[in-house]
Amino acid sequence: MRYSVFRLLAEAARGNRHWQPTWRNAEPRKGYDAVIVGGGGHGLATAYYLARNHGLANIAVLEKGWIGSGNVGRNTTIIRSNYLLPGNTPFYEWSLKLWEGLEQDINYNAMVSQRGVLNLIHSDAQRDADARRGNAMRLHGVDAELLDVAGVRRLAPFLDFDNARFPIRGGLLQRRGGTVRHDAVAWGYARAADKLGVDIVQNCEVTDIRRERGAVVGVETTRGFIAARKVGLVCAGNSSRVAALAGLRLPIESHVLQAFVTEGLKPVLPGVITFGAGHFYVSQSDKGGLVFGGDIDGYNTYAQRGSLPTVEDVCEGGMALMPMLGRVRLLRSWGGLMDMSMDGSPIIDRTPVDGLYLNAGWCYGGFKATPASGWCFAHLLAHDASHPLAAAYRLDRFQTGHLIDEKGRGPYPNKH
Amino acid sequence: MRINCPYCGPRGHDEFLYGGDATRQRPDPATPDAEAAFCDYIYLRDNPDGAHRELWFHASGCHAWLTVERDTRTQVIGAVVPARSRT
Amino acid sequence: MTVPHPAGQPARLVRSGLIDRSQPLRFSFDGRDLTGYAGDTLASALLANEIHLVGRSFKYHRPRGILSAGPEEPNALVELRNGARREANTRATVTELYDGLEARSQNRWPSLRFDARAVNGLFAPLLAAGFYYKTFMWPAAFWEKIYEPLIRRSAGLGTMASAPDPDTYEKSSTFCDVLVIGAGPAGLMAALTAARSGARVLLADEDFRFGGRCLSEQRHIGDLPAQEWTATVIAELASNPDVMLLPRTTVFGSYDHGVFAALQRVNDHLPVPPQFEPRQRLWRIVARRTVLAAGAIERPLLFGDNDRPGVMLAGAVRSFINRFAVSPGRRAVVFTDNDDAWSTVADLQAAGAEVLAVVDSRDGAMDANRLRSVSNISVRNTDAINGVVRRASGGRALQAVEVVSNEGQLQRIECDLLAVSGGWTPTLHLSSYLGARPRWDADRAIFIPDQLPAGMAVAGAANGEFTTRAALNAGYREGQTAAQALGLSPAQFALPSTPDESAARQALWRVPNTRGKCFVDFQNDVTTADIELAQREGFNSAEHLKRYTTLGMATDQGKTSALNALALLAEQTARPIGSVGTTTFRPPYTPVPMGALAGHHRGRDFRPVRLPPSHAWAKEQHAVFVETGAWLRAQYFPRTGESDWLQSTIREVTAVRSTVGICDVSTLGKIELQGPDSLQFLERLYANGWQTLAVGRARYGLMLREDGIVMDDGTVARLADQHYFMTTTTANAVDVYQHMQYCHQVLWPDLDVQFVSVSEQWAQFAIAGPRARALLQRILDPGQDISNSTVPYLAAANVTLADGRRARLFRISFSGELAYELAVPARSGDAVIRQLFAAGADLGVIAYGLEALGVMRIEKGHVAGNELNGRTTAQQLGLGRMLSTKKDYIGAVMSRRASLQEPAGPQLVGLKPVDRALRLASGAHFLPVGSPVTAANEQGYVTSAAYSPTLGHWVGLGFLANGRQRHGERLRVCDPLRNRETLVDICDPVFIDPQGERLRG
Repeated sequence: MRYSVFRLLAEAARGNRHWQPTWRNAEPRKGYDAVIVGGGGHGLATAYYLARNHGLANIAVLEKGWIGSGNVGRNTTIIRSNYLLPGNTPFYEWSLKLWEGLEQDINYNAMVSQRGVLNLIHSDAQRDADARRGNAMRLHGVDAELLDVAGVRRLAPFLDFDNARFPIRGGLLQRRGGTVRHDAVAWGYARAADKLGVDIVQNCEVTDIRRERGAVVGVETTRGFIAARKVGLVCAGNSSRVAALAGLRLPIESHVLQAFVTEGLKPVLPGVITFGAGHFYVSQSDKGGLVFGGDIDGYNTYAQRGSLPTVEDVCEGGMALMPMLGRVRLLRSWGGLMDMSMDGSPIIDRTPVDGLYLNAGWCYGGFKATPASGWCFAHLLAHDASHPLAAAYRLDRFQTGHLIDEKGRGPYPNKH
Repeated sequence: MRINCPYCGPRGHDEFLYGGDATRQRPDPATPDAEAAFCDYIYLRDNPDGAHRELWFHASGCHAWLTVERDTRTQVIGAVVPARSRT
Repeated sequence: MTVPHPAGQPARLVRSGLIDRSQPLRFSFDGRDLTGYAGDTLASALLANEIHLVGRSFKYHRPRGILSAGPEEPNALVELRNGARREANTRATVTELYDGLEARSQNRWPSLRFDARAVNGLFAPLLAAGFYYKTFMWPAAFWEKIYEPLIRRSAGLGTMASAPDPDTYEKSSTFCDVLVIGAGPAGLMAALTAARSGARVLLADEDFRFGGRCLSEQRHIGDLPAQEWTATVIAELASNPDVMLLPRTTVFGSYDHGVFAALQRVNDHLPVPPQFEPRQRLWRIVARRTVLAAGAIERPLLFGDNDRPGVMLAGAVRSFINRFAVSPGRRAVVFTDNDDAWSTVADLQAAGAEVLAVVDSRDGAMDANRLRSVSNISVRNTDAINGVVRRASGGRALQAVEVVSNEGQLQRIECDLLAVSGGWTPTLHLSSYLGARPRWDADRAIFIPDQLPAGMAVAGAANGEFTTRAALNAGYREGQTAAQALGLSPAQFALPSTPDESAARQALWRVPNTRGKCFVDFQNDVTTADIELAQREGFNSAEHLKRYTTLGMATDQGKTSALNALALLAEQTARPIGSVGTTTFRPPYTPVPMGALAGHHRGRDFRPVRLPPSHAWAKEQHAVFVETGAWLRAQYFPRTGESDWLQSTIREVTAVRSTVGICDVSTLGKIELQGPDSLQFLERLYANGWQTLAVGRARYGLMLREDGIVMDDGTVARLADQHYFMTTTTANAVDVYQHMQYCHQVLWPDLDVQFVSVSEQWAQFAIAGPRARALLQRILDPGQDISNSTVPYLAAANVTLADGRRARLFRISFSGELAYELAVPARSGDAVIRQLFAAGADLGVIAYGLEALGVMRIEKGHVAGNELNGRTTAQQLGLGRMLSTKKDYIGAVMSRRASLQEPAGPQLVGLKPVDRALRLASGAHFLPVGSPVTAANEQGYVTSAAYSPTLGHWVGLGFLANGRQRHGERLRVCDPLRNRETLVDICDPVFIDPQGERLRG
């Protein structure tokens, strides 16, 4: 069933009674060519691109709860490719390009909205660092603009320019950055993958990874054994837990990140704005709520809840930046589990276990990577070799020292 | 969260800085496989879903590094002892 | 009988209620001047003035009235106040009326009565749940330009203020033995019992008046009417010094280990907060035990056009009558699936309204004997119908209801009020924020709290204990249990005898065969048809349903809609409600202003400011200051006639290089170490060796992280055999100190070393320039020998100033000149800098700031923050030779990894523009001459750049692949961001005095 305005009109005329399920709620079969563990954005995108780019349709996505119940259903919806390091920039730029064509590709409107991402600059050192980053982006063919204060003021006149503890001295703007309706990404990929024959199996938790002579032969699940010679783990905050089923220890800690949304308000914010002197980033959704977040809480946890000091810290950043928010009410908060890697960058690679592949370590920046992550992980699963764009995301880089540390914070996952 | 500092009494966790897994032991640099052992020590984590022995630094208090038993699922905190007392 | 009220409030009752008729309050709604009384909410005052149309819904712009009398209100949202104090989406039902209150309706154009966008309702089939996911895709370019702007235009309800919030907010912390949340019968009784047991009690309620449903029901507790009983309990609690009462305080979040967050609306009941008082206060409460007695929220019933203004929750009808002395209608119908709503009949009749019918969906519910026995209800003058309301009719006000009896008879009843009750949902949010899922209670058809957070108990309606007697018993029980758990002996006393009402219910989740739109989530306009569509499209889990339809995501957070929706989903998917489960409960319980969560941390007070000891002096010198981390430091010291920072900086640098200058460097991290193992500790901490450092000498030190990357640099001076003094960079002062504590306490507790940060204790001044020694000599004790032979480069000494002050002197140079750092106790810093300038006037002494400091360090090729960026190795920085091979230290093993030793990797170089008139900018990238400007050709980047007054042109530092082998090479630095491209010569990073003759002079 192809979606279009004409379909919408036709179905409305029929009382909306004939819409089909967005995806089949598949029963697991006995075996597949490949199994993706984790029905989040990255897992569903992987399945879709496996089928679309590599013709692999005998595959299943196994999700322990309902699809999209992880970080793709719980984030601040930001997309951008304003990265500094060569291992990152082309990958995220490809992701942004995939976002730009996503709706036509999957015939689902995920509301990719390129209203810009503005990183504020508050010091000379920050300007130097952002100039380097912006230039690196330009060298990679990515759009970037360095704004002076007047430029920032034109874009966001409501910021605190006159009374700030850390005055705004400029900004790095990526106009092609923006936001995407996050849940729709999961549903859109699920629908598109399903159309290509992928089985999406919900309420199916992997309880063991069965191996024979060092190679994967399938997974035990709460719905029985499922045979597969290739198993891709895309489990975000639960990566360590699931990898442990195959005896692996990962360079990952699970941390909680809180995010927030306010009551719906008439639109004021043009795009995404990030504070450079405190950890705070914000955009305004199409429903009018300000969607914002800050730092992770900073300690290992599997409890999907945050603590009050972080809430306060984030709101302090918000008020410092936009003091007219004082009477705007915070409506909802949520906490998601982040797979914080040791250098702040992801892993898309084979593991020491044959047939077992890992896609993890997205820290709290995984949403924007969804399309490229799926694209490159699908390539890895199909060809047993890294996609060139994800070649730096090796698991052994922690041994070799070829780290991708955008923030330069070192092997302290709570500082990335 | 509240952490019961053995020197200062129960305090909000925002007085503390997190130092990660406390079960890790700095390897002997003199052994032939020191590089591999250090990689393991620095980068790999059990990251358990449940009982976790971890370090916290009482930054806004007594400046003690503490070893804290905490369940990463329930957040229930058990024993809190000075980190230096483990040897 | 309703008697027209003298103050022009036609629906106001002449007697009773908890309003103060002696205090009339003026207010306005959509510009219309009205009057209410003290004790009113905005909602009750509007109803007193017979205003029922208050707002418009989000999607279809349906006319909406007042549904509830509490925080669950989905419809009656207004913009309150004006200008910078404008508050969008304010619930009229919890807004305490004050004199001069101004409110406006929202989300309507051109007016509330005639809203052009109500036309959306006609296209409802097109605008069904999730319609936007299926369209607006073609052509792609239209989304940002056409479709999205259209959607965004209809986003949101109210408008935020456009100027900074003029009010202030506070944060307070408090501790208690027992936190009681909710001051209804259960909460009051729990607080009373705990207080009588000797516990420190904190009682908080979101309402401005304690009492909960006691304020709204015509009931007796013991011999007293419930309202009076409440007053006696509050009086006793208020007289107990161990009890803290917080009305107007919503406990909105619960966190681990008994931490709660609460919002106190300190002055929202006034037009403007009094001087020096906050608008609101955020409470962080730490409680040993908690009794959650937050009550329950009534559910509407689902039938056609159930959103018409005039359809009101039955409990709210009773609140408006009994508490606010307002009759919400004159001709009423009651529609219920439970016994509780029946008491509405008597209350309406007592208020003078005509009750035309009670429609009860339950078979046999009309048995008069049963009703009398369970609720003492009179059904005189009222039709009692076993059946359902199928549809409400009317537009901006309710005109009639269509009733179908269980026998199938249809009748239309003209009315202006329909009181509805689908039973009550326990307000258990705070018991679930820590992850506990509530349990489905099939008997009562509600979710009730199951596993509770440690230390929490639930009492009363929040626990499904709905009747007054059950609530009182529960409060007593949990008050005692809390006391017991605290080691107190629980107070024993007789509870007042209270009749037990009936809460019997037989769930009617939806009226079958309705016509018209049947709303589940009123504010977001989610109808039963939307829920059916979502189910049809496979959104079968509770979370999928919520996300696809937006149900429960409006400002009321689904308080009235969540359970009804779950019931529908269960029915459609043929599952029991319990197995559908709830969506996850998340704080806050009701929306909380950002201002309250930020408190005073805004504007210049966002973060504390650290000032170096010479700040006052620098201010007198008209220094321009700059924020560097927490510090505010002098950036440069402009003199009359200087037009910009560059001119001042050039003068400062020139002066230092030719005479002498002084810079406050107190912001450096300073750490004092003592003990027999301090040398051993330094050896393990730093990458370079310290064995040969003699007493009275200082040395540059390099510190790595354990992963082999450079962490920080600084100096260490040996002041005595077992006494060292080290400095860190300003930026890393805190991190390095914590790292040292880690190394000592966690890694090497056996080392006998003690250290403490003394960053705050010492003022430290760099005195640099050819005349530095001459200047210094003038303020030192005349007997103090600081000649080059006594205090050579890298010497450290204790010295005495001429005025007798003790000081430390370090011959350290960052500028490359003959230079000293003079350290005095911080309290002497101001005096000493004044002495230095007084003494040095004829030497031409000047003050220099961060800019000049930065220029001189670039001229000298010293690395700083831009180079020590957490990614660079000692090799890259040109400091590879410092890495000791003779010892273990933090980072030793990992720094030897091949990738960190790569000989042709990025290396620190200097650069000069070929055309010496051109400027350089940090952040530009190196590319070979003639190559396309692409990443593939990139070879490194510029980290620092400055105009060198000494050389008369711009110089820079940068990292260039294999850079040390490429001195003399010509490259381009490309800066596409700023549209610049400059030819540069690569050179040694030390531009000035490479042999270090000056600093040894």
